Amino acid sequence: MSCTVSMTVNGKTVSREVEERTLLVTFLREHLGLTGTHVGCDTSQCGACVVHVDGRSVKSCTALAVQADGAEVTTIEGLAAADGTLHPMQAAFREHHGLQCGFCTPGMVMSAVDLVRENPNPTEAEIREGLEGNICRCTGYHNIVKAVKAGAEAMSAAQPAAVAAE
Amino acid sequence: MANPNGIGASVRRREDQRFLTGRGNYTDDFKRLNMTHAVHVRSPYAHARILGIDASGALAMPGVVAVLTGADMEADKVGSLPCGWQIHSKDGSPMKEPPHYPLARDRVRYVGDAVAVVIAETREQARDAAEAVVVDYEELPAAATSTRAIDGSAPLVHDDAPGNVCYDWHLGDKAAVDAAFAQATHVATIDLVNQRLVPNAMEPRAALGEYDPSNGEYTLTTTSQNPHVTRLLMGAFVLGIPEHKLRVVAPDVGGGFGSKIFHYGEEAVVTWAARKVGRPVKWTADRSESFLTDAHGRDHVSHAEMAMDADGNFLALRVSTLANLGAYLSTFAPSIPTYLYATLLAGQYKTPAIYAEVKAVFTHTAPVDAYRGAGRPEACYLIERLVDVAAGVVGLDKTEIRRRNFVPAEAMPYQTPVALQYDTGDFAKNLDIALPLVDYDGFRQRRADSRARGKLRGIGFATYIEACGIAPSNVAGALGARAGLYECAEVRFHPTGSVTVFTGAHSHGQGHETTFAQIVAERFGIPIENVEIVHGDTNKIPFGMGTYGSRSLAVGGSALVKAMDKVERKAKKIAAHMLEAAETDIEVKDGRFTVAGTDKSLGIGDIALQAYVPHNFPLDELEPGLDEQAFYDPKNFTYPNGCHVCEVEIDPDTGVTTIVNFAAVDDFGRVINPLIVEGQVHGGLVQGIGQALFENCVYDEESGQLVTGSYMDYCMPRADDVPSFTVRYHEDQPCTHNPLGVKGCGEAGTIGAAAAVINAVVDALSDYGVTHMDMPATPEKVWRVIREATPAMAAE
Repeated sequence: MSCTVSMTVNGKTVSREVEERTLLVTFLREHLGLTGTHVGCDTSQCGACVVHVDGRSVKSCTALAVQADGAEVTTIEGLAAADGTLHPMQAAFREHHGLQCGFCTPGMVMSAVDLVRENPNPTEAEIREGLEGNICRCTGYHNIVKAVKAGAEAMSAAQPAAVAAE
Repeated sequence: MANPNGIGASVRRREDQRFLTGRGNYTDDFKRLNMTHAVHVRSPYAHARILGIDASGALAMPGVVAVLTGADMEADKVGSLPCGWQIHSKDGSPMKEPPHYPLARDRVRYVGDAVAVVIAETREQARDAAEAVVVDYEELPAAATSTRAIDGSAPLVHDDAPGNVCYDWHLGDKAAVDAAFAQATHVATIDLVNQRLVPNAMEPRAALGEYDPSNGEYTLTTTSQNPHVTRLLMGAFVLGIPEHKLRVVAPDVGGGFGSKIFHYGEEAVVTWAARKVGRPVKWTADRSESFLTDAHGRDHVSHAEMAMDADGNFLALRVSTLANLGAYLSTFAPSIPTYLYATLLAGQYKTPAIYAEVKAVFTHTAPVDAYRGAGRPEACYLIERLVDVAAGVVGLDKTEIRRRNFVPAEAMPYQTPVALQYDTGDFAKNLDIALPLVDYDGFRQRRADSRARGKLRGIGFATYIEACGIAPSNVAGALGARAGLYECAEVRFHPTGSVTVFTGAHSHGQGHETTFAQIVAERFGIPIENVEIVHGDTNKIPFGMGTYGSRSLAVGGSALVKAMDKVERKAKKIAAHMLEAAETDIEVKDGRFTVAGTDKSLGIGDIALQAYVPHNFPLDELEPGLDEQAFYDPKNFTYPNGCHVCEVEIDPDTGVTTIVNFAAVDDFGRVINPLIVEGQVHGGLVQGIGQALFENCVYDEESGQLVTGSYMDYCMPRADDVPSFTVRYHEDQPCTHNPLGVKGCGEAGTIGAAAAVINAVVDALSDYGVTHMDMPATPEKVWRVIREATPAMAAE
């Protein structure tokens, strides 16, 4: 059985005919060609597939595309500014070497952005707890934690009003 | 003026831009016109005879293009996956090397062994149809552990490997060791298990096969750490495709840790099937499949003894190890528990006599091969646990017994009794740097403070040395490698002065695109932006042996230097011609070529332009172009070494171990990019900590089922399980035999960490009479030990 799914992805309205069982991550990767969102496991454990649905982080391997029907979805491809300027969290990951192979990175960054939205000034312990749903095998988390801390500060500095408003 | 992006600078990584914006190109990201999707039908049994395969139901399902089996491969004369290393047993006989077909033919030998492949229009259709393939199995009894496999009554994994033994090997001087034990005042003994691990690179393995009937060319895009080796093995041994008709591309690869070194059956299946069905075929493992079929790591059971004199000086070491190789020989499997393990058993110590026996066995489990450290973590763990036990036996402080037995820096180069010759290292210095980092003098007080709070505190040391830069072809060959282990680089200057470097090393997280470019920028005094590093494509790179064993910089970087030397020599000739000077009068510094004693000079950019637009070159002595290639084969391994110290606090009520401090002091020789090196250490440490506290790959002893087949059962370290680290390195012991003085840093963290953590845990539990605990030290295990040691508490 197929159905029509429509949503806004990275600011663009998209509509596709898909099998009803299509996962959101499959929709993004296979149907829209947005391969920045990755699949690292099949038990909702690793977080490589995290995207934002209506502003909140969601493991897109564990949501059906139809569940995001009508939603605003942001993937890693949509995080930087239109002119290519990196989001402060992306820039912080680069500055603090918070990534190595890059595979967990999109999910890690999307989770980190959501974490900071909820807690604009997280402690190291809060960052570590907040990223508990994202597995990284390369970095040992040390530099990810530093990056999220710095990213949080940069986000607050860049948009104090916007962060407070959410 | 020093190049701001040259050697020693923490240059931010150039590859990050694409990874951070979702523009990485991993194998599963590729789509091809008319591409089909493959899903494997895998054995649910650890051991069974295949009586028949009925694919008729699957073939009738929507979107199904083909169902192919081992019989189809046999009909097409597809060969066995080759093993790249041959070991000989004590008696001189070669190891048992049973065939390993990409799709099983009449028997399956582990849960996950591939039986058939379903190819369909979509992945979902292929998955549905795979469930409809009916395989008639006759289940047979299995041997899922190494101890079971050799108990005399175990079912045979391969009929031609009696007793399930692949080889029974040894190294060292048994007579000298026996004599030393006869004279020893003290003997320390330990029995330990180095448990099986699953490497768990975050990107699951994937492979995309293509065949172009217009020219007979195959292309395999795959998650590989060494595409050239895959091309050689698959082309020559499995599918019979000559190199000029087979391109292997390893694009962005999401971590490897050893598990993507090897040539896997799925790569051959999609390449072969692409021609068979006349369309591109892509296979991507799901995580459950990765757990079942990625080559696993470690899995040793060992007994070790150290003979000492009255003062705790080591006299001799005797080691006996049982190594599990799984059901089939993975590409480098035989070398891991032998030449990458037993040769490291001297550690940092001047133990004069060492004898090691290693019996490697087949079991009904996934193949076991290199996982980060590959043999060296097993060696380090065994030695450093034994040294801690020895300290207790002799009554010495754990730092003192190490100091007393270190190979002194002035003894370098030092020939160990187990084949290796260390070139440099100052082990006492590593320890001296580490002790204040963890305030060792204050430990007693901290332990007392913990006690006052009802907690247990322990401190653990691990000193390690590893043989990296794997390497010297003559040595590797003598030890059983069926190929030399050199590396290749090409440095191509373009007419306007930019540079493309082609390297046979492969980056899957290590940041070569940055570090290799730093080396080139520094050498020629050019902006790093003008340097591009190309890797991972057999059609672009002359040849390569890939990345593993912390070899990229030590071997690949040295090849790069050698190629740059050639470029400079050629550029010097061109400069001499252009400046109308004798070649011997040209001085070269930072990419400027100057006639000695004059202000006449040219930059490398001017020379590159002239190299490509020459008008009056003396053609009998000077060719146009500025593009040079080099192969580098090292003289020796490199020997990174260091000292790791871990402090833990244990809650006796819950058994939870918390790492409260961890310091790593390493000697990697010269460091190209400190930021990247420290990142490698952090990641390595957490893999070692993961082994020590969390990770354990378990097969059910009876059924051979993989019990820990997902992230819900196999405990990966997460951000809130581990601390931040104190990482230091020093550069005053550079490698003496490669041009950069580099030693390698990729595996060090993993090698030292597990021993440091367990030594700390055992130290914390020493009041309970604990002298050893096998990994992982889970809360349950720790809690039980505490309860069993305190009957009064248990009765409460």
